[in-house]
Amino acid sequence: MISIKLFKKTGPFAENKDIAREIRLNKLIPALEKNKNIILDFEQVEGATQSFIHALISDLIRKYGNEVLEQIQFKSCNETIKGIITIVVDYMQESHN
Amino acid sequence: MVLSTIAALGIKLSPDNIKFDNLEARSKHYLERMGLFKFLGIKSGIKITEHEATGRFVPLTQIKTPEELTKFITEVTPLLHLEPIHAEPLRYILSELIRNVLEHSLSKHGAIVSAQYYPKTKTIRIGIADTGEGIWKTINQSHNPQNDLEAIRLALTPGITGTTSKEGGTEYNAGAGLFFIKSIATVNKDFFVIHSGNALYKLLKRNDKRIGLHADPFKDRHSKKDDLPGWQGTIVGIDMSLDTTQEFSLLLRLINETYNKAIKERKKAKYKKPQFI
Repeated sequence: MISIKLFKKTGPFAENKDIAREIRLNKLIPALEKNKNIILDFEQVEGATQSFIHALISDLIRKYGNEVLEQIQFKSCNETIKGIITIVVDYMQESHN
Repeated sequence: MVLSTIAALGIKLSPDNIKFDNLEARSKHYLERMGLFKFLGIKSGIKITEHEATGRFVPLTQIKTPEELTKFITEVTPLLHLEPIHAEPLRYILSELIRNVLEHSLSKHGAIVSAQYYPKTKTIRIGIADTGEGIWKTINQSHNPQNDLEAIRLALTPGITGTTSKEGGTEYNAGAGLFFIKSIATVNKDFFVIHSGNALYKLLKRNDKRIGLHADPFKDRHSKKDDLPGWQGTIVGIDMSLDTTQEFSLLLRLINETYNKAIKERKKAKYKKPQFI
């Protein structure tokens, strides 16, 4: 299990897609390749854009299928961030089923 | 929007080729305070006492890198002294629109942004302009819009991106950014306009109480033009009315429903039909 505290990298508003990609490539994919579970911790993050969340997780669903969602937990998300994550997860599954 | 457009146009010119005629005293001071003359590299000859911008306006700002965007977003929200219910959509709108410019426009001058708060109408007016390739060229990489207006229509449709024709987009782009912005404007009864090439799409304020989003922007109350003088690049204007701002979470629920419905309909349109003989 690995836990990633996003606030340290994104600050209160997660909008920089380059940071999202860096986390995905350097943290998330290596962890999944080792079959580790992941906690994405949004504590102190007040908001995020759909672009950021897409750059963070969409390729994981594309590469590993819906099952990858059983290995990822989203922690301390406020209602807005939950809403945006839900949108990205839903449209990715809708697009690829 | 006009101010950002003039600045975007002027930044491509040498200051020697820029001349202002008959500026009235009031507009002269306003333009000076918003930083237009400084931006264009010309002297206005006006001396003003600069008051703090806090709570009133965001002067003309050029953003060329993701790092500049992050810095701008961090600084701009406190500048306008907004409650969280208003700050949330504002930074969302600015971030997504400016990032669109940085990623897709290929403009060497980046995005030119300005905003002004109007206390009487409790409205923030935002203008973002670029002098890049324009929407038609971006969308045409993966789709075949017949003209600028059709390209704007596709750009506003969820799941349509210039980077791929596949559903779900690429690892980096989903084709949802402009749909989100239009949806924020629809739900909040805000003004939203986009101009690229010779086409313009204007979202009109919804007049019914029921809030409904459409994947196809032509199904929203709107007006459009396709015979304007060409703008090389893209201009977006949005007014945020602080009195009608809805909860962001309500908006996200509506976006989710509309987005998934659009994908389902597009996929269904591609289904093979049984051949009855």
